[in-house]
Formats: sequence, C-alpha cells, structure tokens
Amino acid sequence: MKKLLTAAVFAALATPAMSDDPTKVGFIYIGPVGDFGWTAGHDRARQELQDHFGDAVETSIVENVDYGADAERVMTQMALSGTDMIFAASFGYGPDVNSVAGRFPDVAFQHATGYIQDHPNISLYDARFYEGRAVLGHIGGKMTETNTIGYIASFPIPAVVSGINSAYLHAKAVNPDVEFRIIWTYSWFDPSLEADAAETLIEQGADVIMQHTDSTAAVRVAEDAGVMAFGQASDMVDFGPTAHLSAIVDRWAPYYIDRVQALKDGTWEAQNSWMGFAEGIIEMAPWNDRIPAELQEEADALVASIAAGEYHPFTGPINRQDGTPWLAEGEVAEDSALATMDFFVEGITSEFPN
Amino acid sequence: MIFGSINPAVLMAALMVAATPILLAAIGELVVEKSGVLNLGVEGMMIMGACMGFIIAVNPGSPLIGFAGAAAGGMVLAALFALLTQALMTNQVASGLALTLFGLGLTALLGQQYVGITPPRTPRLDLGPLSEIPFLGRAFFRHDIVVYLTVALVGAVWWFLKFTRAGMIMRAVGENHEAAHALGYHVKRVRLFAILFGGACAGLGGAYLSLIRVAGWTEGMTVGAGWIALALVVFASWRPWRAMAGAYLFGGVVVLQLNLQAAGVRIPVEYLSMSPYLITILVLVLISSGRARASLNAPGSLNKPFHASS
Repeated sequence: MKKLLTAAVFAALATPAMSDDPTKVGFIYIGPVGDFGWTAGHDRARQELQDHFGDAVETSIVENVDYGADAERVMTQMALSGTDMIFAASFGYGPDVNSVAGRFPDVAFQHATGYIQDHPNISLYDARFYEGRAVLGHIGGKMTETNTIGYIASFPIPAVVSGINSAYLHAKAVNPDVEFRIIWTYSWFDPSLEADAAETLIEQGADVIMQHTDSTAAVRVAEDAGVMAFGQASDMVDFGPTAHLSAIVDRWAPYYIDRVQALKDGTWEAQNSWMGFAEGIIEMAPWNDRIPAELQEEADALVASIAAGEYHPFTGPINRQDGTPWLAEGEVAEDSALATMDFFVEGITSEFPN
Repeated sequence: MIFGSINPAVLMAALMVAATPILLAAIGELVVEKSGVLNLGVEGMMIMGACMGFIIAVNPGSPLIGFAGAAAGGMVLAALFALLTQALMTNQVASGLALTLFGLGLTALLGQQYVGITPPRTPRLDLGPLSEIPFLGRAFFRHDIVVYLTVALVGAVWWFLKFTRAGMIMRAVGENHEAAHALGYHVKRVRLFAILFGGACAGLGGAYLSLIRVAGWTEGMTVGAGWIALALVVFASWRPWRAMAGAYLFGGVVVLQLNLQAAGVRIPVEYLSMSPYLITILVLVLISSGRARASLNAPGSLNKPFHASS
C-alpha cells in the first residue's frame, strides 16, 4: 500500500545565522509523529535537539516512510538537498541506510536499532529495552491476579525477543505460577489489530497486557476491560489512567545532541552504541498509584541496580525453552548474544515463530 | 487442550466486530461497482470517515452525530471522485488511487489536534433477555447498534438491487450503459448516487474504527482496511450476502489467528494476512478468463467511461 509522505521542515526562525550555515539534520520515521509511541519518542528528541542548538541546527522530518524503495528515495533526497546527518529511526531501514550511505560518504548516517554497518559513515544506536522489560516483568508478575500476562509483540527480531524473555524471567522470579500469552502482529503500528489482540488476550485470562507495538490501542482496551497494561516507548497514561501501570519511555535526546555536537566539532565517527538506564536513554514512566508503595520501591531499586551495573537482567542460570542450558550460574549474557537472540527461555509455553 | 481457552461464542462476537468496518465499506463499494464504476478510493474515504466522525463526535460529544459526520465526510471525497470521473471523464483507477492518497494526507492534517483524545462511548444495544441466552447471547446479542445496522444494510442493498425498480435501473446502467442510456435512463445521475452511497458507507466503516473498535484517532489508522473491502467485493462476485459471508470469513481469519497465537499455537501469520488478497487475485484470474466472467457476475460496464455522445 502506498502511503502519503508528509514532509515538514522546521526551519530556524528568520534570524540570519551569525557564523556557519546551520547543520542540517534529517529524520525518517516509520510511523506518524502522532503515534504517541515509538515515533513520538524520536520526535520528542528531535525537538529537544532543535531547542538545544537553536539556529545552529535545522531539522527536517519525513513520517510514514516504508522500508525499501520509499526509504531509499527519501534519504537520497535528503542527502542531495544538503543534509549533513540523517537519523533513520527504525530497525527495517538497515539495507536502505547502507545502500544510500555508500553513495553519499560525506553524510553521517545514524541508524536506530540496526545491525548492518557496511560503510564508515554509518553509526548504529539502540536502547537496552530488555532492562526496562525486566522492571515491567517484575511489576506485572506481582500485580497479576490471574497469573496470566498477555504480550503483544511486533516482529520476532532480537530486540523484541529479548524483551519478552527479560519480562518473563523477572515475572517468573516473583511469581512462579505466571504464564505468558504472546501474540505476534507482524506490524509495528496497526491500531485495530492491536486492539483485537488485546481483547483476545484479556478474553483468554490475561489481566496484565504488555506491548511491543507502537499504538495506544491496547492500553485503551485494557482500560475499558478493567485490566492493567504497560505503555510502549512513551508515557501512555492518558489513554488508560487506571490501567496504565508504567511504560518504558525512550529518551533519545541526550544521544542525539551528543552526536550532532560531535559532527559540528568534526569528531563524529561511526559507532555502535547500546545504551540503557545508565545513560538515561530509557526511563520508567511514573508508577501508577495502584502499584503498592512497597512494590514501587522494589521497582525503583531494580532500576537503580541495573543502572549502576550491579545487576544484569540476563544473569544465569537460564535455560533455553527446550531445557538446554544457556547461561550457567552467575554467568551474564554477552551483548552479542542479546543482539542476536532468537529463542525463548525455559518456561515460556508459546512456540517460537520461525 | 490448547483450544480449551478459546471460547467459540467470544470468537463469534469478536469476528462480527472485526468484520463490521470492512463490510460497511464493501457493501458501499459493491453498489458503486454495480453501477459500473470502479472507485479504488475506499481506503481514502474510510480514513476520511474515521477522522471526520471522530472530530464531529468529540465536539458535541455524541457518537451518533459522529457517524452522521463520518458518512458526510466520506461523501465529500466521493463527490470529488464523481466530479472527476463523471463530469471531467478522468480515468477511474487513477482518480481512485489519488483519492486514497489525498484522503490519507488530508486526514493527517485535519486530525492533528485530535490525537490522544478519547471519543464518547457508543453504548451496547440492550437486547434484554436475548443477550442472556447461553452461547447465542454472547455471540450475537451483545453488540453495539452499528453491527446490527450493518447487517440490515446488507439486506436492504440486496433487496434494493434485486426487487426495486431503482435497483434494476442501477444494475442496467452497470451492465450496459449504452443500452440503459438508449432506454432513457440518466446514467451519470444513477452513478453519482451510487458513488455518494459508497462514500457514505466507507465513511461509516472508518468511523466504526475510530469511534468503537480502536476508540481513538491516529493518522493512517485504517491500515489497509479499504483495500480489503475492495478485495471483498470481487471475492463476493458482487453479491451482497456473499460480501457479508466474505467479511465474516476475513474477520474470522484475523480473530482466529489471534486466538490461536494467544493459546500458544504456532501458525503462519504472514500467510493468513496475505490470504484475502491471494483469494482476490484468484477470483480476478477467474473473472478475466472470458467465459467465467458472466457467471461471476461482474458488471458489464465496470470501469468503462460513459459519455452520452458516444
């Protein structure tokens, strides 16, 4: 399906630049900035970036860009029109970023949650969502009364899979009876499908809904059904004041500011950054009042210990779903293993999608 | 054992809800195509209805007024299509595609202020003792009024096309516009009404998404529902009841796969979500093989421009 590309340029106000031309920074988004989730998170960061640098930076965005030819065309257009740095804010842009970056070696590319880095002008950056998912699992495991947690997942890619595993392990740790029911939507943004998925999960006994999809539909359904839910990527409390327990909120701004500053200073080089609570790239939305004070303190402590590096959410012993050992007692998962995770841990009953 | 957690009554209920928006849009498009016009702008008219319905429902706070606004919103886009294709004689396929792109863009603009707002609730219709019947009550009698009106609309369209004089004229226009014109029927006027009806129905389908199923506005929220509706019309070989069966089948596939997944069964979701389009392609292949065309009921003048002078 063709999507309309809505482009908007947020040029600096009409005061002429004192010294150099402003640094032009382009953003391409997979969804609309009004999704109140993933894309909204990146666009918040863009606005902070703009506020931080003022006239010295000129940002532009293109929303609803499909993977593939669309993305290549948009990025080529950006590069041709003098953009200095392009943020491609979705996993699936990988091949497109690499193809365009090869043709424009002078443009700095920043690809979110990617893994392909064929050219020296591509930086990859990602957030350790599994750290936040551990906190969700801990809270969800304690809050559920039916011992059933519903999980709306998008695509079986490592970031989503490690999130499910992390949430499950930490729910299981506080509630041995907990069970996960998982629905894959094979889409990042499909409000009606996400609403249906949430309804199905609730119907099958889930009283806590977690989501790794971008719309707010599931939180709304949970609110109507009188169950609990966690938002995704942004604080979604407005869509379910009672249901919304918390959310992992993405805060890309510090990183974006850092990278643009590096470009201005001429110190920008390709990196592969994986940041979490410690760097402030993710944080938890305010706890809902219905979470008991004691549990709130536990959750705060969990965040603090992960941020301080004292605790890693994937610390052994952990077995794979089929019972074979993965991590030995006290062993901590390597980043490379998490970045390629393609299996469920022991205890999850759903089959892993191929 | 794995199926133990799936309740068939709930499945049936969810299926009816999932099918309603595409059925509304499809029944509208069915009438349009019966009059010999192919409007590929269903997605655009749906999103327009979703957006206008939402904006209008939020302001005075009434879902019913919202649905009326949604129908009007769909009709405005449909009127544009009618102007282009009937008065200015533009290509129907290109105009329809343009309408979809235009609708998606326009609503992204119009709806900007309305993201994150909760619409007024549409109450479930209270059917009293009917809703207490075991199984049937849960499956069929605990819906909002739109679900029932949609079924009624399918019946009305069937009756209109089959038994009323106006319906027969419309079919005549769709089957052979030259002959209908020769008989003195006003081909363009008939088509205008059909196009407007199609727009209103698509708008209602969109509003069902934004006001009931998702209960919120986000741009691009129809995510292909309009295309499924278009596929459905062909799948149904232009018969109203078959369109309903098809919509329930498509809705059922979606709801069933979600339930199976939640129950822990691994199923090929990608293939299932392709299936409406695959079936449609199959039907289209059958249609294009000449002899089967008549039996499949495709209107003879579908997608052929008409000018009274020709």
